[in-house]
Amino acid sequence: MVLWCPHWPADESFERVAAALDEATPGVEILRPGLAACPARGPARFYGGEEAAAEQLIDAVVALAGEYDEASAAAASLRECQVGIADGLFAGWLAARAGVIVPPGGDAVFLSDVDVAASGRPELVALLRRLGVYTLGAFASLPAADVLDRFGFDAAYVHRLAAGEPPRPTVTRKPPPELTVDAECDPPIDRVDAAAFTGRALAEQLQRRLAAYGLACTRLIVQATTEGGEQLTRTWRHDGILSAAAVADRVRWQLDGWLTGGSTGDGGARPTGGIVRITLMPDDVIPYSGTQTGLWGEAGEGRDRAHRALTHVQGILGPDAVVTAEPGGGRGQRERTRRVPWDTTDGEPDTSGEPWPGSLPAPNPAVVLAEPLPVELLDADGAAVGVTGRCLLTAAPRRVRIGRGEPVEVTTWAGPWPVAERWWRSDARRYARLQLGLSDGRALLVRVESGSWWMEASYD
Amino acid sequence: MGSWPETVTPLHRRPTAPATPSPSRPASAPTPIPTTTGPLATVPLRRASELPAPDTTDGSALPVVDGLGGLLPWGGLRRGAVVGVAAGAAPGMTTLLLALLAGPSAAGSWCGIVGGGGELSALAIAEAGVDASRLPLVPDPGAKWPEVTAALLDGLDVVAVHVPQGLTPQMSRRLSARARKHKAVLVPYGADPDRLAGADVVLRVVGGEWRGLGSGRGRLRERDLVVSSRVRGRPVRATMRVPGFGPAEDMARVVSLMRRETGR
Repeated sequence: MVLWCPHWPADESFERVAAALDEATPGVEILRPGLAACPARGPARFYGGEEAAAEQLIDAVVALAGEYDEASAAAASLRECQVGIADGLFAGWLAARAGVIVPPGGDAVFLSDVDVAASGRPELVALLRRLGVYTLGAFASLPAADVLDRFGFDAAYVHRLAAGEPPRPTVTRKPPPELTVDAECDPPIDRVDAAAFTGRALAEQLQRRLAAYGLACTRLIVQATTEGGEQLTRTWRHDGILSAAAVADRVRWQLDGWLTGGSTGDGGARPTGGIVRITLMPDDVIPYSGTQTGLWGEAGEGRDRAHRALTHVQGILGPDAVVTAEPGGGRGQRERTRRVPWDTTDGEPDTSGEPWPGSLPAPNPAVVLAEPLPVELLDADGAAVGVTGRCLLTAAPRRVRIGRGEPVEVTTWAGPWPVAERWWRSDARRYARLQLGLSDGRALLVRVESGSWWMEASYD
Repeated sequence: MGSWPETVTPLHRRPTAPATPSPSRPASAPTPIPTTTGPLATVPLRRASELPAPDTTDGSALPVVDGLGGLLPWGGLRRGAVVGVAAGAAPGMTTLLLALLAGPSAAGSWCGIVGGGGELSALAIAEAGVDASRLPLVPDPGAKWPEVTAALLDGLDVVAVHVPQGLTPQMSRRLSARARKHKAVLVPYGADPDRLAGADVVLRVVGGEWRGLGSGRGRLRERDLVVSSRVRGRPVRATMRVPGFGPAEDMARVVSLMRRETGR
């Protein structure tokens, strides 16, 4: 069903008309200002026939004309509006121009007598006329393959239209499905088992909703809100499909750490009140077509087992307790190891593969101290060793005292290797590194920065 | 699991013949057997350590790097075993631990470290050949480490646990039972070797040498780690080349001119 308002002024918004049409019938698609289409079957059934539906549409539009200025072009256009019904959109538009209702299946017959000029392609029309093709019906009777060969894609498209075949069906807007589920908790929950119980019910509700849309969730956001308005939100990722039980477990694990205050992450802050609302938001959904294991079967199974065990540990200690050590970009040993909480990403791009001139080559020290230890580097006379502005040692190091320990003899050493980082910014750093081999077999990486020595890492 | 008692009873504790005088002889006693002369001389007695190794691997032992194969009684990491890595007389325990994890990790197994690893370098992990994405770390389990370890034994293939105070026999029994049940390998590490009594085998670094570093020139390039353990009551020692974790003995000890050139 196509509604056509002739001579709709180009500077006038068609939105109000679309809104008025929406009131009368659902699924209105605006083709261009002055032309709108909607599926006819529903309104025809509702209003009792296609003619009645068309009249309803015209009534709605003409009634709208009263709201416009009496002399305006828009009002005139609305009063002259016409409705046509046909199977296809193109035929529907032509039917609207003629103000007729084409019976079902009659598109081709209806179009056969229409002038080729209706296709709206002047060059093609001129060409067809020279060839003696005057009506769409005559054009449609030409073989489709030859039309494509001779006239190209656009002509083939017109050929399809002329034959009454749908180039595309009318697409109606369908809102994305609402998948979020939440539960109000009254009275507020302050016990983990009660929260887990609510979580389980919510998880099953979510599972049903996802199943209804044929979807499955691979990433889930669990959000808990307290009386005090605090929110704890965490995203859970899973390689496989999150089942209802798995979702319930995650709700329990997340709230466990929070309610008992035992979480190592989140600053360990306990909520001030009970939980009043739990929300589950699927963050990443995929079409669900049964569970799949890894390509080589066993590997996927091992991964699943490991995932289960690790999520269990996250439940015991809090989600940030399990980490992986991923290589990071940088020159210092500390920067080159990133601690990334398990099953999440820290959002930092991996720059470890980029060139970092000045970083030490392999082998790298196995143990990188979280806090560098102050060391004293002494020469043969027991005086402190320094580094000059030209990056030379003032004397060969002979002994090193780590922290408050006894001095250990330095047997071999190399360096200093300087690093000047971000010298163009206020957080500029300048330091030099030295490798030390000690008489007890240890090998250390020490750093001198602003005149003091630090033990950065140990080649354990 | 049907053949399980076979694997838990150390072979050398069983009487090798009905007439063995002391079936409960300590496992590690290297003393000569005195019964080869006298009335029992006709009984074919052999040292327990000379017996062929029982086939406890049942094809499911996890592979280890070449340099470590000779230090483990099973040639690999037997599932269900407890393999201790002790702080030895020389530094290098962290590298030894990574070497132990490298073999299983390369074969696709999941490893994990509890209680340590917070200071472990990602680069060292990668250089050892361990897949960091299959090496979850729980650096700070606090007092809950036995619980966490037990949970990880359910799902991972090799679980290394840092036990600075040592592993009590009771705790060891509990965790090794768990490891056997889930066919995982438990690797307690970091303690004095005497405090890892519950382990089936204890690896320790007893010596080592760095190469490449001179006095004011060169850089650390490679090292030899001397690792010792006991296999069926007999002390075993092997030298492992790092990086690569291959055995070092079969390499010619040549001080190449190239090293002198590039080491400057």
